[in-house]
Amino acid sequence: MAAFSVARSSCGLINGLRVSFRSLAQVKHGAVSALVPQTNLHRDCRWYSVSHLSVRERIEKKRKAALVGGGQKRIDAQHKRGKLTARERVELLLDPESFVESDMFVEHRCSDFGMEEDRNKFPGDSVVTGRGRINGRLVYVFSQDFTVFGGSLSGAHAQKICKIMDQALTVGAPVIGLNDSGGARIQEGVESLAGYADIFLRNVMASGVVPQISLIMGPCAGGAVYSPALTDFTFMVKDTSYLFITGPDVVKSVTNEDVTQEELGGAKTHTTVSGVAHHAFENDIEALLNLREFFNFLPLSNQDPAPIRECHDPSDRLVPSLDTIVPFESTKAYNMLDIIQAIVDEKDFFEIMPNYAKNIVVGFARMNGRTVGIVGNQPKVASGCLDINSSVKGARFVRFCDAFNIPIITFVDVPGFLPGTAQEYGGIIRHGAKLLFAFAEATVPKITIITRKAYGGAYDVMSSKHLRGDVNYAWPTAEVAVMGAKGAVQIIFRGKENQAEAEAEYVDKFANPFPAAVRGFVDDIIEPAMTRKKICSDLEVLASKKQVNPWKKHANIPL
Amino acid sequence: MGIQTVAVHSDVDSSAVHVKIADEAICVGPAPTNKSYLNMDAIMDAIRVTGAQAVHPGYGFLSENKEFAKRLTAEGVTFIGPDTHAIQAMGDKIESKLIAKAAKVNTIPGFDGVVKTAEDAVKIAQEIGYPVMIKASAGGGGKGMRIAWNDDETREGFRFSSQEAASSFGDDRLLIEKYIDNPRHIEIQVLADKHGNALWLNERECSIQRRNQKVVEEAPSTFLDPVTRRAMGEQAVQLAKAVQYSSAGTVEFLVDSTKNFYFLEMNTRLQVEHPITECITGLDLVEQMIRVAKGYQLQHKQEDIPINGWAIESRVYAEDPYKSFGLPSIGRLSQYQEPLNLSNVRVDSGIQEGSDISIYYDPMISKLVTYGATRKEALAKMEDALDNYVIRGVTHNIPLLREIITHPRFISGDISTNFLPEVYPDGFKGHQLEVDARRELLASAAALYIAAQLRSQKVLGDQRVPTIPVKCTHWGLCVELGEGCHAMEITKSGDVYNVEVDGGKVEVIGAFNLASPLLPLTINGSDRMLQCLSRDASGMIVLQYLGTVFKLRVLSKLASELNSYMPEKVPEDTSSILRSPMPGTVVAVSIKPGDTVAEGQEICVIEAMKMQNSLTAARQAKVKSVHCKPGETVGEGDLLVELQ
Repeated sequence: MAAFSVARSSCGLINGLRVSFRSLAQVKHGAVSALVPQTNLHRDCRWYSVSHLSVRERIEKKRKAALVGGGQKRIDAQHKRGKLTARERVELLLDPESFVESDMFVEHRCSDFGMEEDRNKFPGDSVVTGRGRINGRLVYVFSQDFTVFGGSLSGAHAQKICKIMDQALTVGAPVIGLNDSGGARIQEGVESLAGYADIFLRNVMASGVVPQISLIMGPCAGGAVYSPALTDFTFMVKDTSYLFITGPDVVKSVTNEDVTQEELGGAKTHTTVSGVAHHAFENDIEALLNLREFFNFLPLSNQDPAPIRECHDPSDRLVPSLDTIVPFESTKAYNMLDIIQAIVDEKDFFEIMPNYAKNIVVGFARMNGRTVGIVGNQPKVASGCLDINSSVKGARFVRFCDAFNIPIITFVDVPGFLPGTAQEYGGIIRHGAKLLFAFAEATVPKITIITRKAYGGAYDVMSSKHLRGDVNYAWPTAEVAVMGAKGAVQIIFRGKENQAEAEAEYVDKFANPFPAAVRGFVDDIIEPAMTRKKICSDLEVLASKKQVNPWKKHANIPL
Repeated sequence: MGIQTVAVHSDVDSSAVHVKIADEAICVGPAPTNKSYLNMDAIMDAIRVTGAQAVHPGYGFLSENKEFAKRLTAEGVTFIGPDTHAIQAMGDKIESKLIAKAAKVNTIPGFDGVVKTAEDAVKIAQEIGYPVMIKASAGGGGKGMRIAWNDDETREGFRFSSQEAASSFGDDRLLIEKYIDNPRHIEIQVLADKHGNALWLNERECSIQRRNQKVVEEAPSTFLDPVTRRAMGEQAVQLAKAVQYSSAGTVEFLVDSTKNFYFLEMNTRLQVEHPITECITGLDLVEQMIRVAKGYQLQHKQEDIPINGWAIESRVYAEDPYKSFGLPSIGRLSQYQEPLNLSNVRVDSGIQEGSDISIYYDPMISKLVTYGATRKEALAKMEDALDNYVIRGVTHNIPLLREIITHPRFISGDISTNFLPEVYPDGFKGHQLEVDARRELLASAAALYIAAQLRSQKVLGDQRVPTIPVKCTHWGLCVELGEGCHAMEITKSGDVYNVEVDGGKVEVIGAFNLASPLLPLTINGSDRMLQCLSRDASGMIVLQYLGTVFKLRVLSKLASELNSYMPEKVPEDTSSILRSPMPGTVVAVSIKPGDTVAEGQEICVIEAMKMQNSLTAARQAKVKSVHCKPGETVGEGDLLVELQ
């Protein structure tokens, strides 16, 4: 079944991309036969197989040919679309002169549909692979080359990717994929599908071992989407990248929906509606530069501690502005990002999924130079409640941090889980359980700060003491309770005439940090201004934390 | 002085600075001023509860309210200020002028009656002395106003003005008064006790104004000579004595280009700009006011009052100086650092980091006062202080303040109340960079960029896979500023960055602290304080340089080259419609069609999950239509308000 959908979707996609190939002679069916080119370049290319050249000359020729991919004409077309070439991307992503390329001489092995002809062979095929450095730190990279057969995935292409993934796993270094591919190489048929599966398998094997990041910089459709989906982070480039299972044409024929590529699988859709992508950037350059910045937060593998960068921000800095940030009225909102930015090093917070399920904020920051993962309820959006999307968003982030030794700092202001039929029918019970599961199984240092509300089950979920929180703090504004005063009073004092008085009594008893503090459910009640100082010193101590979950093949998280 | 203090505050100010430093604090009501700071009943209650013996009314609010003073007196509580009759006498514009005239204080000469004919007008103009202003009796906004320098112009002006007055106001009656060319606003601080003694404490030059509100003040004035100063001082004291004034007060004068001065009005309270008088006289005015209120005699004689050095005050406002020299802006002070590390700098403020600048109160952030032995010193100090002042979270007027105090006309003392519109006829546009300054800015941005890049490579701790340091001492960068893109070559050794840009060389020396908003640099040998407002991964660097904020983008040569392939993007405009971000109930709608809203101003409040969420305007605009009303339930994405 999967094979079918991949093949079919690729057709759909190639149709969708027709415009880009229009400059070339077109043959009715299939992608690559339409690509059989007559450019000057390919006349050049033909030289490399001419036997009277010496081996050394042939090496040179092939190297040269590999560097220009599908030729100047296609490079120009790529630029015209506002996209960079595969090599330009690699060059921007990595430190200057650090790229060590592998498999420059690999060619596809297809011999059908005239593919065996020399002019249809491109050294390196449709992907550039190798290793390099980002700020001196090792990384493995593949970058799909849209100028060669539309970046389509041949057996050779897949093999190249698998090779660097295997290497990355052996040495323990992250893999970054720059995706720009029309889909499967249809001429190769099942070989292409096998290639996808080989990559998927490695994605799964590498998951939790080395960080894997996908940056979608062009089309990525059909079965191909499952590779990014399996990686830890998927970033997109606005307006030029698409991710979908089947393109608009197939959608039209199957469900009769009229939808554009952008609406169906553009960056906006995936960062705001579907939650498939974690961030979108304006263009290739911004995306690559931001990816470098993002990379600085990550450890190379699960054997490495979270990286520590030289820090200019004093770890004992007081943050007096936090003393007034929680509003006077407990029903009034404030921006959790204000708290996060004030506490972390240099206000530097890399938010993950900033436009999806905004009632929870997740992202990376540093405390005294050390990478930390931050999770916070966002009172500004839907009161910071937990719902299906925010639970899943939070859970996946927490699991990433736990897998890669990144301490988790949780800021809690949660009124509870979102009620309603939409949520219940959508399965809030099993989705909410994911976040609970993720926090509970995490063995990295966990520090929790209750800024205001911590109501009901949501209190338990949000990295509470009971789920092995290492240090749990409450601000003086914290209210740890089963529910808000009004609801509680209606139950406890049902029928009592003076509800207002009862409410006041409840507020006095429960709407403060004491009930939790006297039971030791929070370790201390701290002045907000001290929060940064406290967290930094706790992290120092917790750096040597060792905690092991019982042996298991793997846990069974409620999916 | 050993006096216990009680602060009154509104509920939103419960953690304000004045509340923190007072011994006791009483909340007098909710945020709107008429329910708190202007709420006499609540304040009287606060007095009774705390047993306060005296009230200092500050400035604004109830400071010139005779009712309040009366009620205090009735309760036997001392009002630290003048007596009610003085407040009343000086509070009325016409009455105050009559009293001033009677006390032989110069007032603007003018004909109080209606002018009938052109010849009448000429006769009156000659009596007053040219130049004169002919204006519509019903006038306003400059309509029906003519300035005449001679008889002919008077006749012509009379004709035009009466026509214009008739058509604009349906009332062709005209007045004539002395026209004050290039007027300066100079005021005299007076201090009087209850025993008939009164002193003048020199002048304050307050000519730099926008919309009749002072922006920069200094003491003394560059314009007054000792004779004029004495004359003004003595008249001010005469006036104070004429109304049996006690406490501190200010007599405002208009001064023309030939040093004729005319009484404008008297403020019967402490002025916002009083610190500069304190600086040059060494007196603490508030202390003096309290002493006087207690009934003590003045400690000083007129000859004891010195002019020591020079003091300048800049009013730092939360407002956008690029819009009509300052339209209020609101927000939360995410970072706030006063330049108190500098000597001879005084900052009077009532806010702190984390404070909200709300729509309820005046958008003034602080009064920044610098002092020096000479004016030059005080001005240099002000430049430093403004450069070292860190304000984040709200738009502020430091760009304008710094431009004013460094403007050649201001430095030479050639100012008038028309200074701002004259110097910036097309509105304030920020600092205009000269070639050298631009090079310095570009070089500083590049140096900062490199410092940040190098820091990214400093990974501490044990490395399983060793980090390979990027050995680089030479960089080729491109910096975009405005429309231009500037290629540059940088070499670095230690903290010294040598930058070649635009055919010039710049040497930047600095040990960059990347966490600090302040960037103290030595550029080509001179010390400069820059500020970094933001810095991001895509090379955007926002710097404050010479007071003005500049957006730069630093890219490697390669990135800059490839950047040319990147498509231009037109930002989607979603700022003109406001949709409900969540399902909920509309609790309040704060605007109606036709209102003008400021950026960040509250438009409506939606309650969802027992939480009130305030929805604000994304930009300044006029409200086109409102699609919701209080009590209504709205769904997510429902259109609430349209802006124009």
